[in-house]
Amino acid sequence: MELTKQEESALKGEQGETMQMAYRVLVATGEATDAEKLIPIEWTHLSGVNYNTIGDAGEEFLSSVSKNARVKVKTTLNPMGFDIDNVSNYGLDENFISKQLSIKNSYETMGVTPSFSCIPYEIYDIPKEGTQVAFAESNAAIHANSYDNLKTNKESAFSALASALTGKSPNSSLRKEETPNITINMKIKNPNELSYGMLGFFAGKVGNTSVNISGLSNMDNRQQKAMCGGMGTSGTCAKFIFGDGGSDCEKIDFDEKELQNVHDELNTAENGDIITLGSPQLGLEEITELTQKLKGRSFKKRCMVFTPRTVKTQMQKLGYTNELERAGCEILSDCCTCLTPLINKDNVDVVTTNSIKGAFYLKNSNGVGVNLKSLSQIIEDETK
Amino acid sequence: MNKVLVAGKVNGTVLKSNDPINFLGTVDKKTGIISDKNHSLFGKPLKGTILVFPSGIGSSVGAYTIYSIKSNDAAPLAMICKKADLTVATGCALANIPLITITDEEFSSIEDGIKISFDTDNSNPIHRQ
Repeated sequence: MELTKQEESALKGEQGETMQMAYRVLVATGEATDAEKLIPIEWTHLSGVNYNTIGDAGEEFLSSVSKNARVKVKTTLNPMGFDIDNVSNYGLDENFISKQLSIKNSYETMGVTPSFSCIPYEIYDIPKEGTQVAFAESNAAIHANSYDNLKTNKESAFSALASALTGKSPNSSLRKEETPNITINMKIKNPNELSYGMLGFFAGKVGNTSVNISGLSNMDNRQQKAMCGGMGTSGTCAKFIFGDGGSDCEKIDFDEKELQNVHDELNTAENGDIITLGSPQLGLEEITELTQKLKGRSFKKRCMVFTPRTVKTQMQKLGYTNELERAGCEILSDCCTCLTPLINKDNVDVVTTNSIKGAFYLKNSNGVGVNLKSLSQIIEDETK
Repeated sequence: MNKVLVAGKVNGTVLKSNDPINFLGTVDKKTGIISDKNHSLFGKPLKGTILVFPSGIGSSVGAYTIYSIKSNDAAPLAMICKKADLTVATGCALANIPLITITDEEFSSIEDGIKISFDTDNSNPIHRQ
């Protein structure tokens, strides 16, 4: 990689140990991903926040690095393990809570905006077309590259943190013109968000860094988020390019058979004990729609609804919180279905969800069964 | 392909594995000992070795394990891989452990237990002592 004089000097340690470490991470990441230089970025979004995923090693690292490190650009971050407003309802142990609060404190000390959200693209204004950002959350990186006209690598927790501290990121392939060698043709008739989540999951498996995708009809916000979440779960791919691709592209159909394969991989049961909505977290548009769909109805089981804190504040003002709680929803901000410590196999056997991303992690990390259903099916079957 | 991911200069003895290493779950973060019974290096400490292995696999959180074993004075002196993966690359970068990638032929030619000097400033970073 070609480095500027200033970057070389930082790498030698002439700007302190923290900058030296940050540049070591950027150079190692850049070399591993064939970048030829570092470029300036304007916004970073960090992963590596939930104590459930980063553990003691992560907590200790952040506690140590936050003594000196300060972010240089706008920096937002992923969900943590719980919502402090109602954590006492979920029986989390003291150690988890104190370690999680230490992580929260370390990020805030470094100057990170405490957004605790996996949908930065929905709760912040999108910068102008072509802006370089560094998003570590996979669904957010895919959404940014595919729908928001932004450019980002699929960053790791470490490269994104290094980008936050330096304002730079490796110029790897996703920041350049991409010409994927695969085109996926969507063949499913009348798809819902679950079908799009499965399409994303399939695309993540067959693609490398990006895929062409054709045969899509008009998609709503929920369906777009589901497709990005699905892709981020299954591989390293981080961009959809809408169109048929060149004639030399390998063409692959996503048909009923492929849909069934993904369904069989992730769906392990026909009935859930509880329902979760939100992975990615629900934005205000989805919350509004959910409130309308639940008018005059209520859930027959527990239903956990995950949303960013900014949305939770807005929905309280709009009266949606009362409406949803009346219908039996538990509203949780700052956390998400994905890798939540609030659901475990000691007290839950099976979770019903419309999220492919949520399903993958519930099954593989929480070790509970999963029952996949679209939102409209959930409302039909699980409310009265 | 030969790449320098994290620069540095050390002398040491090779500990070689033909199995990839999943740092999260395979390596004890306090002792730096391989704790997975199914791994060919089971029971062996990584401390003070030049660790030669094909690549890292598994969760990116494994990078924190590499940082932990360094903090606990139980880390290898350097690592040499065939393929650069982001977990090992960022873990070595956080912990300041020199890391290079080498070709398949070079990888095959390095034997377990040999003493080498390792210096990323040289065009050929590995020399048998």
